[in-house]
Amino acid sequence: MAKITYIDHDGTERVVEAQNGETVMEAAIKNSIPGIDADCGGACACATCHVYVDQAFMDKVGEQEEMEKSMLDFAENVQENSRLSCQITVSEDLDGLKVTTPESQH
Amino acid sequence: MGGYTGELTLVGEEPALPYQRPPLSKAYMKGEFAEERLYFKPAAWYEDNNVELILSTRATSIDRAERRVDLEHGGHLEYDALIIATGSRPRALPIDGAELEHVYALRGLADVERIRPQMVAGRSMVIIGAGYIGLEAAAVAQQMGLKTTVLEMAPRVLARVTSPVMSEFYEAEHRRQGVEIRTETSLSKLEGNDGAVTAAVLTDGTKLDADIVLVGIGILPNEALAKDSGIACNNGILVDRDARTSDPRIFAAGDCASRPLVHFGRSGRLESVHNAIEQGKLAAAAILGKPRPNEDCPWFWSDQYDLKLQIAGLSAGYDEIVVRGSPEDRKFAAFYLKNGTLIAVDAINSPPEFLASKKLIMSGAKLSADILADTSITMKEIATNAVAA
Repeated sequence: MAKITYIDHDGTERVVEAQNGETVMEAAIKNSIPGIDADCGGACACATCHVYVDQAFMDKVGEQEEMEKSMLDFAENVQENSRLSCQITVSEDLDGLKVTTPESQH
Repeated sequence: MGGYTGELTLVGEEPALPYQRPPLSKAYMKGEFAEERLYFKPAAWYEDNNVELILSTRATSIDRAERRVDLEHGGHLEYDALIIATGSRPRALPIDGAELEHVYALRGLADVERIRPQMVAGRSMVIIGAGYIGLEAAAVAQQMGLKTTVLEMAPRVLARVTSPVMSEFYEAEHRRQGVEIRTETSLSKLEGNDGAVTAAVLTDGTKLDADIVLVGIGILPNEALAKDSGIACNNGILVDRDARTSDPRIFAAGDCASRPLVHFGRSGRLESVHNAIEQGKLAAAAILGKPRPNEDCPWFWSDQYDLKLQIAGLSAGYDEIVVRGSPEDRKFAAFYLKNGTLIAVDAINSPPEFLASKKLIMSGAKLSADILADTSITMKEIATNAVAA
């Protein structure tokens, strides 16, 4: 279990209890977090689950794989802490994680 | 949610909560994750958002004059607006033996629950039809250690949906992985023993061992509910750009609907997640009187082995193919052009080619084959220059 805070582009915070093994995207969808579309359901096919990861957790969320890296390259408003939330798996280490969702996924 | 506060009821014939179908022929078929992970929303979401779920129940007919939908177990629902999202069903195999046990189609969760226990290493699986479903299932079966054979009537795999370049690549890949692919092959009948399939017999008399047969020869739109109530259909329920049928209070979305494909100057059905989501949004916006959401470039994907195929656009009618990268590297893209304009791409392990093409297809920009094929120019540069030009 890990507490994850999703902050939307207006600054509204929503805290969710995420289960180990699910992805940061799945925890968001299950809890109706706005701002994450995840059209492909987590297949790393669509780049509509883009989030900005809190700097303090950049080491803990793991490395980007090649696919994710090149998908993100074409997302809107990419920053160095951009990730696709379907590629981040929840573990105890992520307890307290904060991610911010962009204004639009398209 | 779009701000709707009235009553909302979702009727579905299957017992499961609404779920994602694409993994059924991919990771879920392999048993890589639990059923709950396929659900779009947990059960509590429907309650929290005042959506009444009526599952395991077919809608049997529509009375348009009374604005009423009849349900199979008795009872009915009244509506101000109705969305038909009945999807599609697998085309049945029109040969002897199709009714035998261990002969399956792959469309719903229940199908996977039936097939998976039979998918034991060492058994023989014969797959009829080399479309995406057939090839994805073949990749799964092969990886699970089954002896896998794919039969295809056409001269090449994926003949209905893509170019010879891609067909050749996938055929070679499946053969390299150990799948037996037989093109230009027709099935005569299935034979069984004690009611269960044992062999597939080809029209040339060849007999192939088959412990399991999977039929993947295309799907048909579930349009009967609309058609029987007098709504216009023609290989799908006909809808306009707002997903509205010939009855202004009735909408149709997803596999069952035939829609205007505005960027391609024609109408048709799209069998894809993108289409289902987009038409759902179009219908909801129209019902709530909101502005029409964007109609995006159609896109699709397929996972086979470690190959991720991402498709943007619709390639039918192309007059030029440009290959960027090399199939031997398992990382390349085939661009489809018509009159010098990009209309589609098949991108293998190449997200930049896919994502840039989505934008380029929508822009209608003219592109030269030389530039598209030149890997020393990045897709980002190509996209930026094309749109600027």
